[in-house]
Amino acid sequence: MLFELRDVSLRRGERRVLDSLATAIPAGAAAIVGPSGSGKSTLLRLLNRLADPDSGTVSYRGRPLVEYDPLALRREVSLVPQLPALLEGTVESNLRYAADLAGRGLDAERCLRLAGLEPGFAERDVAKLSVGEQQRAMLARALAQQPRVLLLDEPTSALDHATRDAIEATLVELRRALDISLVLVSHDLEQARRLASWALRLDGGCVAACGPLEEALS
Amino acid sequence: MNTSIHVSVGQVAASLALVALAAAISFWRKTDLERDIAVATVRSIVQLTAIGYAIKLIFEADTLLLVVALLSAMALFGALTARSRAKKVPGAFWPLLIALAVAGATTLGLVVALGIFEATPRYLVPVGGMVIGNAMTASAVALNRLGDEVAASRSEIEATLALGATARQAAAPFVRRALRSGTIALVDSTKTTGLIFFPGTMVGMLLAGAEPTDAVRLQLILLYALLGSVAIAALVATGLAYRNFFTQAQQLRDLH
Repeated sequence: MLFELRDVSLRRGERRVLDSLATAIPAGAAAIVGPSGSGKSTLLRLLNRLADPDSGTVSYRGRPLVEYDPLALRREVSLVPQLPALLEGTVESNLRYAADLAGRGLDAERCLRLAGLEPGFAERDVAKLSVGEQQRAMLARALAQQPRVLLLDEPTSALDHATRDAIEATLVELRRALDISLVLVSHDLEQARRLASWALRLDGGCVAACGPLEEALS
Repeated sequence: MNTSIHVSVGQVAASLALVALAAAISFWRKTDLERDIAVATVRSIVQLTAIGYAIKLIFEADTLLLVVALLSAMALFGALTARSRAKKVPGAFWPLLIALAVAGATTLGLVVALGIFEATPRYLVPVGGMVIGNAMTASAVALNRLGDEVAASRSEIEATLALGATARQAAAPFVRRALRSGTIALVDSTKTTGLIFFPGTMVGMLLAGAEPTDAVRLQLILLYALLGSVAIAALVATGLAYRNFFTQAQQLRDLH
């Protein structure tokens, strides 16, 4: 299993955001679905230790996350947040920053193509990109680290249908071209059907269902 | 630079006419500052009189131990005051106290080591007071800005952490902006000094009958000492305080 969660709970103030979650997420393409406020994004942030649960254990490839160096873990399990948040500068400077952090050489053209951007975007100022282009630049930046797992938080929620379809095609192509696992948070069940083969359905911070896609979503 | 004038209580009392004028303007234009003006006036009389006697005692005792005690107390109250302006920064007190102590000690140490001032209470007390006061303002402004920047840029910081950046790397652009805003006010006022306003030391020396060239030279020394001290204070305060936004596992703390 890629990730295992044992009795994972997390509160924010008085609110119980995750309540005794116990599940396992396999390698491949998995979706975490559920209504707004069900704890999907919070769970995703636990998977690369941007946050820790109040109680319970999250494991990655059989080892508790707390046993990993959090910086090394995040370079291997890369999270692309819901809203684009690039550093000031060009697209290439963002890619280089990420590659340097991971100690990887940078092939900017390849990263951009994998994310569905033309190589000419490398020199573009990130402040002048559309939201869709920024989202793709975020994806390219994550890919510059050559991660083994991509955690995607609502990757198309801020985009129109055409851009959404293009990014979804990019993600399918990524899975085909690279040996990489995807964990995708989405409120859109149809998107989960298009992109994932396994699903975890959350409701009120609890596991409502999990398993092979159609089984979990039915 | 050996000048001295006598200022009578009557002269001070007469200057209160201008305070009355300020209060009258507030009352007339309904700015609702009369009470604050009264409190400020009373506090200034009490605080300055108290510190005046304290300085007199320290000058008479002529011991550096009392200088250190006075400046330590000023740094302590400075850190407490600055903390109230940096509410969005968790645990701001210690970074501020350390910043003021380091800025004060380094600046005074340098001006003495370079032979600019003698290591006597007559020099160290007034210079130290100015240094700590300006360092307090600079570090308060810097941390206030840091708190605002981090609050407004949580998603950017988390996105950088998500790449495996350290807290220091993720916070660097915001720390840099905070450091700049803590220092820039004094840089700007140094640029315009003599053109748009006469700084306090120079005015005081001129009023006390000093030669203008002496007044200017002393003012320049103090301006440069203050520039150094505010840069040190803002650097130390931001360099320590940003850590309080993060956990040991390089996570951005949830402060809500």
